[in-house]
Amino acid sequence: MNTIAFTTAGQELAAALDPRFGRAANFLIYDTTQKSTRIIENQQGRSAAQGAGIQAAETIVRAGVDTLVTGHCGPKAFKVLEAAGVKVFNCNAATVDEALHELLAGRLTAAENSDVEGHW
Amino acid sequence: MAESTLEKPFRIAVASGKGGTGKTTVALNLAAMFGEPVQLADCDVEEPNVNLFLRCDQLTPTEVTMLVPEVDQQRCNGCGACGELCQFRGIVAVGTRALVFPELCHGCGGCALVCPTGAITERPHRIGTISTGQSGAIRLIEGRLEVGVSLVPPVIRAVREQLQDELPAILDAPPGTSCPVVATLRECDYLLLVTDPTPFGLHDLKLAVALARELNLPCGVVVNRAGEDLVGLYGYCRSENLPVLLSLPDDRQIAEITSRGDLLAHALPEYGLMFAELAEKLKQELGAAGGRP
Repeated sequence: MNTIAFTTAGQELAAALDPRFGRAANFLIYDTTQKSTRIIENQQGRSAAQGAGIQAAETIVRAGVDTLVTGHCGPKAFKVLEAAGVKVFNCNAATVDEALHELLAGRLTAAENSDVEGHW
Repeated sequence: MAESTLEKPFRIAVASGKGGTGKTTVALNLAAMFGEPVQLADCDVEEPNVNLFLRCDQLTPTEVTMLVPEVDQQRCNGCGACGELCQFRGIVAVGTRALVFPELCHGCGGCALVCPTGAITERPHRIGTISTGQSGAIRLIEGRLEVGVSLVPPVIRAVREQLQDELPAILDAPPGTSCPVVATLRECDYLLLVTDPTPFGLHDLKLAVALARELNLPCGVVVNRAGEDLVGLYGYCRSENLPVLLSLPDDRQIAEITSRGDLLAHALPEYGLMFAELAEKLKQELGAAGGRP
């Protein structure tokens, strides 16, 4: 667990965690070794007519992410993430910061399946 | 079956723009009073309902399929060429594999062409069914989209392929003015536009007329639920040189008969006569125009 992606509409750790994956505005990427953050916009996923989750999954796979923390993840996105070896953690924390703490404290378990249907 | 008396059997599409104006009512009753054998194609494949009225009991369904990719993971080297080509995320390259999402595929076959290792073959994926049946002088062709599939035009094209050239045809179009309607209107000779005298009906009629002009399709109007406020609608039709071929009154009996699944033209002879007259007008109009080239 080195490069973690969080879904958010904001720009920093204090921002709210977006429960949506495919249509989230941004991915906040946290590097656990450098303890640094950067933002990747989910431009393609947000504006996709269909397959938003797949596009979002491709975006974070390309960014070298190995762990995803989000509210919910649908079946197609999960399939792509699973194939790329990205672990998915579903979390209902209010902010990215809280979600990071829960993850690092070991209070979250990796999902074995998508937790919602497509277009939930 | 008797052959058509028409020199060249023509195809009439019934469309509307706005939903719920009475397309199916007009298509069905026109077919019932056509005066000779006719084909009725239910092109509203997302919710076909013509057979609720015709009740053909022996429909013979055939599958409509589209080719989708299948990946031999042994031969896939994960180069990503397929995923880069696909604009619909029907195929996605992740790491050393390619994942297929048939429900997003549009069947273009491009991924199989660009794959450098020949790992992609195509297999048929079911997107709908076509059924044909006979009810009196009406030959029904019904398209039905598979649940969960969003590709409507290929199923409509499959309906049209079942049309016989030697018989005239009435095509019941889906609502709207987008791809499924265009797919229905292709190779038709005439467009019958059904509208109601509401602001929405008029607004969407204008869109449908613009579509007809774009496709170079002659068209006429059927006004349904005609009440008192018809000035705007008739004014528009006059200004666009659109003939109003039939006006059905806002009559509660029509709703009652239709909601029982009965044919208006059979239940109330005075309406039957109106549809027989509509059929004659169309035959004259299209006879003069020479029918389908």
